[in-house]
Amino acid sequence: MKKVVSKIIVALILLIAGIFLGKTFFGGSSDTTAPLPTGLRYSGAQMSSDSTQTVNLNTYDGNILEVRDGESIQEAVKEANPGDLIRVYPGVYTETVYIDKDDIALQGIIKEGEWPTLDGKKELNDAFLYSGNNILIENFKIIEYKGNGIMGQAGNNFVLRNNWIIDTGVYGIFPQYGKNGLVEGNILSEIEDAAIYVGMCDNVDVKHNEVFDNVAGIEIENSRHCLVESNYAHNNTGGILAFVTPGLPIKTTFDVIIRNNFVVNNNHENFGAPGSIVAGIPAGTGILIMAADDVIVENNIITGNDNSGITIVDLAQGANLSNDPNSEPNPDRVIILDNFMQNNGNNPVGELKAIMLTQLSNKGPDIIAVGGGVGSTIRNKERYRTFGLGGYGVATITDTKNVRTYMLPEPVAPRSVSQEELGELTYYGVCAGCHAWNTRLIGVPTKIMQAIHNGNPQGIVDYINNPKNLRKDYPEMPPQDYLSDEAKMAVAEYILAMDED
Amino acid sequence: MTYKRKISALVTKMVIPVFLVVLSSWLIFGFEAGFKSEVYITVNELSSNCPPGFKKNKNNECISQNLYKQYNLKNPLGVGGLKTALPPVREGFSPQQIDLGRYLFFDPSLSGDGSISCATCHQPNKGFGDGMATSIGIHGKKGKRSAPSLWNVGYLKQLFWDGRAQSLEKQMQGPLYSEEEMGNTPENLLKTLNENLNYRALFAQAFPNKNSKDSIQLDEIYTALTAFEASLISLNSKYDQYAHGYHQALNQNEIEGLNIFRSFVARCAECHTPPLFTNQQIAVIGSPEPDGLPLDPGAEVPSKDKTLRGGFKVPSLRNIAKTAPYMHSGRFKTLKETVAFYTGGRGHAVPENEDLIIHWHIWEPQLTDKELNRLVDFLHTLTDESFMPRIPKTLPSTKHKTNS
Repeated sequence: MKKVVSKIIVALILLIAGIFLGKTFFGGSSDTTAPLPTGLRYSGAQMSSDSTQTVNLNTYDGNILEVRDGESIQEAVKEANPGDLIRVYPGVYTETVYIDKDDIALQGIIKEGEWPTLDGKKELNDAFLYSGNNILIENFKIIEYKGNGIMGQAGNNFVLRNNWIIDTGVYGIFPQYGKNGLVEGNILSEIEDAAIYVGMCDNVDVKHNEVFDNVAGIEIENSRHCLVESNYAHNNTGGILAFVTPGLPIKTTFDVIIRNNFVVNNNHENFGAPGSIVAGIPAGTGILIMAADDVIVENNIITGNDNSGITIVDLAQGANLSNDPNSEPNPDRVIILDNFMQNNGNNPVGELKAIMLTQLSNKGPDIIAVGGGVGSTIRNKERYRTFGLGGYGVATITDTKNVRTYMLPEPVAPRSVSQEELGELTYYGVCAGCHAWNTRLIGVPTKIMQAIHNGNPQGIVDYINNPKNLRKDYPEMPPQDYLSDEAKMAVAEYILAMDED
Repeated sequence: MTYKRKISALVTKMVIPVFLVVLSSWLIFGFEAGFKSEVYITVNELSSNCPPGFKKNKNNECISQNLYKQYNLKNPLGVGGLKTALPPVREGFSPQQIDLGRYLFFDPSLSGDGSISCATCHQPNKGFGDGMATSIGIHGKKGKRSAPSLWNVGYLKQLFWDGRAQSLEKQMQGPLYSEEEMGNTPENLLKTLNENLNYRALFAQAFPNKNSKDSIQLDEIYTALTAFEASLISLNSKYDQYAHGYHQALNQNEIEGLNIFRSFVARCAECHTPPLFTNQQIAVIGSPEPDGLPLDPGAEVPSKDKTLRGGFKVPSLRNIAKTAPYMHSGRFKTLKETVAFYTGGRGHAVPENEDLIIHWHIWEPQLTDKELNRLVDFLHTLTDESFMPRIPKTLPSTKHKTNS
């Protein structure tokens, strides 16, 4: 009897242990993405190997802030300090999130197929606007905005990846004036201009994205040192574009590599806004190079684009825009390496159709070059049906495999001044409106400040934060607490070290 | 040499040049002119301090200092986002040159009939504009365009609404010698200033290689005026506080306005790009003229390029709340009317017989009335006059009342 009881007890213990183990092994945690321990360098385990270097550039080792359905992402951004990671859980967020701070990561948590979704309901302009450096935005579904899904203004070292963007107005992902960035693994559709638009940037990689049902799939405009690699561009009006647009402050596009992409069936009707530059792109455009220099097109699969596979034009041919004497209008030194091109030009339209009729053909070419430009070359030209490539020589290079990335090995530093210099800039750039060394302007002479707070910079900082009217013959100073803590201390130290006599 | 002899030698050395100056001025300008100069109120000493926003270096040059200099210069044009460095500025003038320029700027004797100064159309209390749709020049002549603000003008690469001048030195010769503006001639300008011993002394202070008996040269006048104009810096607005990281500087409405401003729906920031709020390009936007006036061809004229017909330089928006009315010929009285223009539809105000190539950023953003109001709220945050220069109480050409 005792034996039976003990056997039952052992069996029960085993059963309980088994259930526990089973739950542990097969039950899974409630989050599909494991939380990151603080202090860990934020590394992208699922990234392609050659991105790891740059992904590791940005370190978010501050706090983790969580945003859940019904809460506001912007409130979390307001709360966040540089280095913080904001994790957004599935739910619908109807807001514009603006990030005017450095070193902020916004990470969507995708749970059992449910995405954190920013829904502009066609009322809001932009989903994400950032101006800070070292911004990461990933794993968001963004729909129904009027302007942009993600727009960056002058933020450097950006990483925008794994976002799913549908019908967000003019652009899907639009970094502007940024240096050193990665746009990777995003899926974008139904955008009325360019789905991914790299504008006036430098050193940007655009990789592993899928763009379809847009007017333009990927556009590199007035940007330099850009790599467009391994993307899938299909059923856009134009698949991949490298442009110079005149009239912008940055005047050039050069050093662009377009390689290993699928550029397939880009025959969507053009639904660009009247007056926009892309509104002039003929449906059926695979790759379009307008006035950009030193563009290399390599190892792409370019098929089923009804107008032509690759179009190379100058500004006069390409767009009806005001002239800009500072924009060089010709595409120079374009290099076409080996590409798989098949079944392009089945239904040429507009000018190209007229041109091809003069060649007694009703089919568009694989590659067409119209207008000015010098020094362009092509490898194995005889493989393709071409027009206007008479001046193209034989390419002197065979591949670009030595270029793994155009991103920088080190992040761009946000600042270039020392503490002492910051103090000087603050003194002359702000304080000097009311204070001079040895003469009375509006406030007391700096020399007197120095005597009062000698050896005590914190005293000046306290006064800046909370001025007390020390002298009846002077007006009260308004608080200068808008200065950063760093600038306050820097200027206090600068004032105490001044020697103008 | 004894101490006394040293002194007397020094005195002799000093007396001779002074005597020569008096004698030569008497000889050159005649007795009457010499007499006239005596009735000017004397301006003794030009400032040896740089104006706010500038630091004097060892070579007595004023070098621009501001919080934007803490950011990396990513491109020489200074366009981008909140923490973007500014483009290069005109700097390196001496404090004396800047101060001399200040006197010249406010002095009506620079005009043909002594009635108009630079400050007549560029009034400090009107954002260095004149509050009029189009300015009024000498003898009441009405100009064709609006006087632009001069704040931060030292950063600009193109001047005039049509961008036809590439330096302040070249630009100022427009209004100085235009029959519709200041109505002067180079000869008369030189004569006026050289007859004024006060100015001779001041130019000698500002230009160390000359002394007061040397005659004043045109390029020195241009340099001094440039030095002053380039010292008009406005970079400490509420917006700037926000940009440098103090987010409480803007209230909720103003931040909403900023977000509309930089959104790709309204697209304001695409041409009015921070931190100067201009990308310094020519743009054809098709804004209307005041009623009854023909279309101003703008940049088409200097460029001789038809595709730029109706094109104007994108103006900076700093201190824009101070410079109504707006656009090149002052068609819009308020900021609200002005921002509403951009949502009126592409080319909606272009005369029927004109075929302008409207800039691609002009489209139909369908901004709501509320959004327009928020934009206006934001534009008001660009006001900063903390470095306002002092208007001279007396000018080198001011005469004593008794002797006139």
